[in-house]
Amino acid sequence: MSSIALPRLRTRDQRESLRPFALATPLLLLLFFSFGAPIAALLSRAVYEPTIANALPRAIAALKQDSGAGVPDEPVFLAFAADLKEAQAQGSVQEFAKSLNTRLSGARSQVLRIARNAGQEQATSKEAMIKASPLLGEPRFWAAIREGANRFTSFFLLSAFDLRWTDQGTIGAVPADQAVFVRVFGRTFLIATVVTLSTLALAFPLAYLMTNLRPAIAGIVLVLVLLPFWTSILVRTAAWTVILQKYGLLNDLLLWLGLTSQRLELMYSRTGLIIAMTHIQLPFTLLPIYSVMRSVPPSQLRAAQSLGAQPFTAFWRVYLPQVMPGVLAGCLLTFILCLGYYITPVLIGGASDQLISNFIANYVNAELNWEMAAALSFVLLASTLGLYVTMTRFFGLDLFKMG
Amino acid sequence: MNGLRRTTLLGLAGAALIFQPQTAGAEELTVMATGGAWQAALHQAWFEPFAKKTGIKFNEQEYTGELGKIKAMVETGNVPIDLVTVETSTVLQGCDAGVLIHLDYSKIADRSKFLPGTALDCGVGIDVYGDVLAYDTTVLKEAPTSVLDIFDTKKFPGKRAMRKAPAQNLEWALMADGVPIADVYKVLGTPEGVDRAFNKLDTIKNDIVWWDAGAQPPQLLASKEVVMTTAWNGRIQSAIDHDNRPFAIVWNDQIVEYDMIAIPKGAKNLDLAYKYLAYAAEPEVSAQLGRYIPYGPVLADATPFVPKDVLPKLPTAPDHMKTYLVGDVEFWGDNGEDLVKRFNAWLAQ
Amino acid sequence: MVSTTQDSTARSGLAAGPNLASPSRGSPLDDRAEPAEGRDASAATATRSDNSTRSARSRDETFVEFIDVEKMYGDFQAVKRLRLTVGRGEFLTFLGPSGSGKTTTLNMLAGFERPSQGVITLAGKSVDRLPPYERNIGMVFQNYALFPHMSVEQNVAFPLSVRKTPKADIAPRVRRALEMVRLEQFKHRKPAQLSGGQQQRVALARALVFEPTLVLMDEPLGALDKKLREHMQIELKQIHEMLGVTMVCVTHDQTEALTMSDRVAVFDHGAVVQIGTPHGLYNEPATEFVASFIGENNALDGVVESVGAGQCLVALPGGLKATALSIGDIRPGGPVRLTIRPERIALSAGGGPTDNSHQATVDDRIYHGDHQRLLARLANGQVLTVKVGPEMAAATNETVDLFWSSTDCRAFPASAVADGNQPSIGRAS
Repeated sequence: MSSIALPRLRTRDQRESLRPFALATPLLLLLFFSFGAPIAALLSRAVYEPTIANALPRAIAALKQDSGAGVPDEPVFLAFAADLKEAQAQGSVQEFAKSLNTRLSGARSQVLRIARNAGQEQATSKEAMIKASPLLGEPRFWAAIREGANRFTSFFLLSAFDLRWTDQGTIGAVPADQAVFVRVFGRTFLIATVVTLSTLALAFPLAYLMTNLRPAIAGIVLVLVLLPFWTSILVRTAAWTVILQKYGLLNDLLLWLGLTSQRLELMYSRTGLIIAMTHIQLPFTLLPIYSVMRSVPPSQLRAAQSLGAQPFTAFWRVYLPQVMPGVLAGCLLTFILCLGYYITPVLIGGASDQLISNFIANYVNAELNWEMAAALSFVLLASTLGLYVTMTRFFGLDLFKMG
Repeated sequence: MNGLRRTTLLGLAGAALIFQPQTAGAEELTVMATGGAWQAALHQAWFEPFAKKTGIKFNEQEYTGELGKIKAMVETGNVPIDLVTVETSTVLQGCDAGVLIHLDYSKIADRSKFLPGTALDCGVGIDVYGDVLAYDTTVLKEAPTSVLDIFDTKKFPGKRAMRKAPAQNLEWALMADGVPIADVYKVLGTPEGVDRAFNKLDTIKNDIVWWDAGAQPPQLLASKEVVMTTAWNGRIQSAIDHDNRPFAIVWNDQIVEYDMIAIPKGAKNLDLAYKYLAYAAEPEVSAQLGRYIPYGPVLADATPFVPKDVLPKLPTAPDHMKTYLVGDVEFWGDNGEDLVKRFNAWLAQ
Repeated sequence: MVSTTQDSTARSGLAAGPNLASPSRGSPLDDRAEPAEGRDASAATATRSDNSTRSARSRDETFVEFIDVEKMYGDFQAVKRLRLTVGRGEFLTFLGPSGSGKTTTLNMLAGFERPSQGVITLAGKSVDRLPPYERNIGMVFQNYALFPHMSVEQNVAFPLSVRKTPKADIAPRVRRALEMVRLEQFKHRKPAQLSGGQQQRVALARALVFEPTLVLMDEPLGALDKKLREHMQIELKQIHEMLGVTMVCVTHDQTEALTMSDRVAVFDHGAVVQIGTPHGLYNEPATEFVASFIGENNALDGVVESVGAGQCLVALPGGLKATALSIGDIRPGGPVRLTIRPERIALSAGGGPTDNSHQATVDDRIYHGDHQRLLARLANGQVLTVKVGPEMAAATNETVDLFWSSTDCRAFPASAVADGNQPSIGRAS
């Protein structure tokens, strides 16, 4: 009897446990198709770049037969010419040239010239080709080809850290005048940290004040805080340019008050950028703190005081630990959002205040080097996730429980 | 069952209609340009007359001039535009990346009638503009005489604005450092030359405010944020003519550039697009843009058709062509990515 | 659930504490037998006349005194000219409906609110300028206000650690306090992992561990279910006896007040309307409000016909008459309200004086297990609740005779309240 009843019971249990999952399926599918899959597809470009391998099937086969490094022997040259001829005919040679140019600056026009020649007459020998395009006689050209032959590449990820494979096959730094990303990542994290701390310095007292105001007044303050939140970030940034510019409101005010004797350069400066970002991010830091503060009953501080704690001790040992999840959540939110700032640095920041997103946008929009953009995005995403995991581990913060 | 399937099909068809607004019917051509006063001028000079003449409806869109958007369209196989305006260097990139199609000039015009460097494989020139220097005559007591005066912080102290890109700035830096105009790209092609250009830029780095969009230079002058700025001549002229700004343009050592129009790969109305390109390549039509914005025609035969009062405002006016450099598209195609990276690294230092 | 019998180890463990211990005294139930005391608010400060050994020593010594204390919020007078004393070692309860000023009074004592007028003294000294953290008052909050991020042990250690008590002393004192409330095995848990009753006991241990001279409790049992509340009432009382600490408790629950307190101060509209022992308040309410607020009462409205020695004759609607004790200003012709407790109405004349007798019909009978309640309708239509034994069998519509003594029936001058002939039943627990 029970042996029959049990399996049936289990089936029902399974069905019960499947139901919430089934209900969430549309959301999961939406997440996957609109979020997970595109991001994964984009990020995969950081390591998968088959253009060179696709364009040079013969030359790569010949390179495998060839002995050692450096400039290869004649068969490779002839195979290379044949590949280019076909690519020229198919119209794919420019893509190949661009891809190669990414790894070897200046290669583009030479490759295009070889391709044009190859289309007109059959290449005859290694010497003739080198004579026509001296770049072919250089080992670094073939090093780039050998590297590109591999469809999976570490080139872009290494570049994101200002690193590259040296001719000796070791990982080394790129030349100093090309090293930019480590500095930009550092700058991005620095500005994000400063903005996060600035918003915290403003948000914490304000949230505390709002918690202790009468509900009606607290509501008005909340609306004042949120009002800018409801306008587009572009509008707010534009408003800040009006305020911060040399003959703008803030400089007028400072001069009028006699606080400064000459007009400050606030636009196109880091100070201006941090001011604007702090303003834009304030609600993101404030709201989690406020919501947690509201959940701490006022009796907590009273209890601490009645138990003999001086106001500061009560704040430090009783209040702060309880609002800490909100503080961390707000700071984490602002910090992560700051890492992705794009439009504000463009409009308000100076040339040396551009953040990593500006570079990603540049590679996506202007350079059409989506591989590099993917690599930078990957590093940004990984560091963001790393930060999140660190926060949850060390501070016991669980954003999913924040509600 | 059948009813259900029919409903589903109807639903799908409806969805297709929503996502595919371009259905068969009246002939329609979608063009995407970089907006602002310039696109308004394109509309008045070319798009509207063409539509009137042929009955082909023009659907205009705007974008920021960056190829990423078109690349995304091409990669997803859904290209809702037929024509796109681009800068010269962008044409080259788009060509290399397989985003723009190779043009068939037999359907447009005699390729030899175009100014050198304006009839490219993947793009055809539509106007000539100048990278010039502009200043506020009420602010600077003494007028600069050359674009290169931007490097003279003794004579012209104060902030100056330059475009946040290596192109043009490196050329000017070498010219200011004494490199003859004819040798600029040769020198810039060597590592030493690049170092030399950046060293020259270093001398004014702390005084530079960088701009990104063409609309910024007139604003920067108007708000007195800077005393002088590099700019596209049309934008400054527009501020002078329409907003009565007390600005002036310095033409000596200008860099001459071309705007281009191209067809993205996968464009649906290829024949109409060619029809338009052929129309715009007629000399008389080509000269019309100057009426609305002071940019010159790219066809040698078009000059007689340019209105007399417009001629002196064009970059190609004889007075403006005393010393000038023509931007080298091939050079920037080859070295652009590296120089941009180096430029960004230099900015960050 | 913990046993209600007192744990001997807890007692001895606590007794080992330096100052927490105090000789165990007689059962507080003794108080019930004490005679009534002062009947009106102005007499609240009157010293007690009882001579029981337990209270004589402690209550002679005034520990807390409110001298003409007032509290204004804008134009609103939350507490009106309060004079009140709490004796050392006493368990005093502030009882009243919400908004009656009892919590404000407690908060002024704790130091969270400052009186607008008047002085509060603690052991003879004014605490006017003393912040809460220097008053050495233990407090149990309505929802316990346990610190959720600390373990039970850390919560209880908190008042000691903020007092810079040596570490070596903290652990044993925390252990003893937790033993007292029988929670030592839960010391590593977080408050959220405890039941309501357990949390309540942690709050109590935390309020007691630093040996405060005074413990305040704001609706300490309000969040517990009925059964647990009754159990905790006894436990609180036992702890009070064991430690001899002065306790002031705020509640709106009259059962709680009657069960635990030595004395109860009844608050209404910002003033103490009566203060006295539970017995006194229940049997000799000084005002109609107290009569209806404490326990269950039948109310009959009528008009005074004549006034005698401490008694009056009242005409009820429908030609009925009743005699009652005169309370306050009773004059012939004035409207009055009579109150009589359901258990003081008998169905037979046997035993005791029963100078009031009325015929009634049974509307309904409600069975309560240990007793029953009859809803008896008088000839004039008024319905009285009568508490009778479980064995009484009366059918609906049966005619019964109701008897009560005029000494159990109290006549109050009718205030603005005049709600016709509907019986007013006081709040039941």
